[in-house]
Amino acid sequence: MPEPVLSIRDLTVEFKTEDGIVRAVTGVSYDLFAGETLGVVGESGSGKSVSVMTMLGLVPMPPGRLVSGEALYNGRDLLTIPKKQLRDIRGGEVAMIFQDPMTSLNPVLTIGKQIAEALQTHNDGMSDDEARKRTIHLLEVVGVPSAEQRFDQYPHEFSGGMRQRSMIAMAIANDPSVLIADEPTTALDVTIQAQIIETMRAAQQETHAAIVLITHDLGLIAELADRVVVMYAGRVVELGDVHTIFNSPRHPYTVGLMNSLARVDLDREWLEPIPGQPPSMISPPPGCAFHPRCAFSRGRERCRTEVPPLRGIGEGGSHLSACHFAEELEAQHVVPALTAGEVS
Amino acid sequence: MSQTQTAAVPAGTTDGRDPSEILRIEGLVKHFPIKAGLLKRTVGQVRAVDGVDLSVRQGETLGIVGESGCGKTTLGRTIIKLTEPTAGKIIFEGDDITRYKRREMRPVRRDVQIVFQDPYASLNPRMTVREIVGEPLRIHGLYRRRGEGRRRIEELLRTVGLSPEHANRFPHEFSGGQRQRIGVARALALNPKMIVLDEPVSALDVSIQAQVVNLLVQLQNEFGLTYLFIAHDLSVVRHISDRVAVMYLGRIVELGTRQQLYEAPMHPYTQALLSAVPIESPNLRGKRKRIVLEGDVPSPANPPSGCRFRTRCWKAQPICSEEDPALIPRAGGAHPVACHFAEVMKPLDVVGQSAAG
Ligand SMILES: Nc1ncnc2c1ncn2[C@@H]1O[C@H](COP(=O)(O)OP(=O)(O)O)[C@@H](O)[C@H]1O
Ligand SMILES: Nc1ncnc2c1ncn2[C@@H]1O[C@H](COP(=O)(O)OP(=O)(O)O)[C@@H](O)[C@H]1O
Ligand SMILES: [Mg+2]
Ligand SMILES: [Mg+2]
Repeated sequence: MPEPVLSIRDLTVEFKTEDGIVRAVTGVSYDLFAGETLGVVGESGSGKSVSVMTMLGLVPMPPGRLVSGEALYNGRDLLTIPKKQLRDIRGGEVAMIFQDPMTSLNPVLTIGKQIAEALQTHNDGMSDDEARKRTIHLLEVVGVPSAEQRFDQYPHEFSGGMRQRSMIAMAIANDPSVLIADEPTTALDVTIQAQIIETMRAAQQETHAAIVLITHDLGLIAELADRVVVMYAGRVVELGDVHTIFNSPRHPYTVGLMNSLARVDLDREWLEPIPGQPPSMISPPPGCAFHPRCAFSRGRERCRTEVPPLRGIGEGGSHLSACHFAEELEAQHVVPALTAGEVS
Repeated sequence: MSQTQTAAVPAGTTDGRDPSEILRIEGLVKHFPIKAGLLKRTVGQVRAVDGVDLSVRQGETLGIVGESGCGKTTLGRTIIKLTEPTAGKIIFEGDDITRYKRREMRPVRRDVQIVFQDPYASLNPRMTVREIVGEPLRIHGLYRRRGEGRRRIEELLRTVGLSPEHANRFPHEFSGGQRQRIGVARALALNPKMIVLDEPVSALDVSIQAQVVNLLVQLQNEFGLTYLFIAHDLSVVRHISDRVAVMYLGRIVELGTRQQLYEAPMHPYTQALLSAVPIESPNLRGKRKRIVLEGDVPSPANPPSGCRFRTRCWKAQPICSEEDPALIPRAGGAHPVACHFAEVMKPLDVVGQSAAG
């Protein structure tokens, strides 16, 4: 097994709110390996963003509180290194792409100037000429047409899709080894989304960065991810290779998620929703947080009383599930309706 | 999918004699003035809906898809006269309601309801669920006898899968999916014939989307409702619609049955849209043709001449900028499509085994 570039260990983060303590992230651990795309999927509020933003020092504390955990990057714990060092890493070796490009772009600076500046802050002594040349190359990589002319335009002169591309150009400016993309296509129309998917591929080819792709969109995961982390109620409930997750998921939540989806290329007679409502993050259900909505639990006591640990399923140790009864799903050869028919 | 099998009927007839037709619009136009300067002079028009003909059949679900800003919401709102049309005709159950005033609209308002996208913004936060669901009954002076209104509200809540105990609570006490159920209960209060659903599940998580979609299908079967289902999500629209209209810059560019539209699309825009949807299966990665369109949707204040899609179309020829293509059956196809070079192409089919990535 190669060394991971980034290792999150036992991360627990809470928020103090008027209504009580929000248990946003609980005991989350996963590794990111060089060059891979790791998808993090789960419904809104499941802790996807907080788990990643905490490690970048981007969660306001208070109201947030780091209860426990480590985020090891090149042997350093991002959660404890000095702020100044973290700032240097951020935007350099570890870069970010957000849903709303305007969170990273400054409206009063031209696009070109911003990217050039990002280059120069992380590369002492880079000349203006060199920075300009490099910026234009980056804009070309992400598919901004007439990059030379676009260099001198302001963010408001760019369309949503072009802004998103520029933000990606800025993120890859310093050859990051880790690229974190939080819902990079969520606000975009499907045709623009397709452009951004291609752009992300191009960006990864250019930099060989490992990507953490946070999204609620299983289509995007299926399209881009190599491995997948599934989150529910602040915890990792399943982790595995993308084919394994889609073709033989071994957590009832993952199965439920897939059974509830309509697919553009298939006629599904009836969707099978997950019953009930998303859990409260202030007082999540005891035991397995998914048990009140679970089709496999059938009221078993263990599900209600005992928090299931994330553990290896089957051989190889690369497929993990946090279900007490994952072996039952294995024995039943559960294939979600979504991908049935494609696997023999 | 509804139980009404309208799928085999040829789509898009505009002659008024179809007895199964519940709503027809002809040449519908809705422009919004663009004002500028101190004097707020009109300097242009946003052509949100710019010449739409459409016929909706009793009991069917007609899906409307297209990218944001193409006029879906405006179309839905204009059809039920929440905004006044700039031009064109709206015919509901044979009556031309285009010029109806508030008073004449009253019975129509009972028959046609709307459910909005945002279950957070569309419910008054200071009203209880009972007041929200009961408001249409009050406005129309129904169920006035003691206890009658209360019983009706409880029945409505049960119909949408909520419990009557929820009646005294406020919207903020509910999750997104439950709020959308409240919106649906309210829409059902007056026993409507038709409901315009404007992105009713777009703000919801997938597992909850499926709950609401199934509820809508079940209600349609139970009450024989007609749906105009507006959404940008092509998967959900495929699932729920009998027929689908694709909009681009204020116009319908293709209109067909679910099968025609998804399995044999003829307009380049429809093909591009379908090919762009990421499919939720890694088994299919790299096995489909993907059309990546250049650029963005042009401004509806200044649409391109001729075919509005030509600026992003890989098939565009000189004729496309000169002649506006009519929405008619073309190239031997059975359903109408507004493209000079219409031709079947199947972007959802698997093409070869060259898995990429
Ligand atoms: N600044 C904050 N204050 C209070 N609660 C927060 C804050 N940020 C996030 N949370 C809560 O933490 C939980 C996880 O949020 P998040 O990681 O953003 O979810 P996701 O990205 O999966 O949608 C949610 O319940 C959210 O409301
Ligand atoms: N009340 C309004 N005033 C001015 N412009 C409007 C108004 N409502 C919608 N528009 C414009 O009309 C066009 C179509 O909008 P809309 O019908 O909301 O599209 P969709 O629902 O397909 O996203 C957009 O350019 C939008 O900005
Ligand atoms: Mg998030
Ligand atoms: Mg809309």
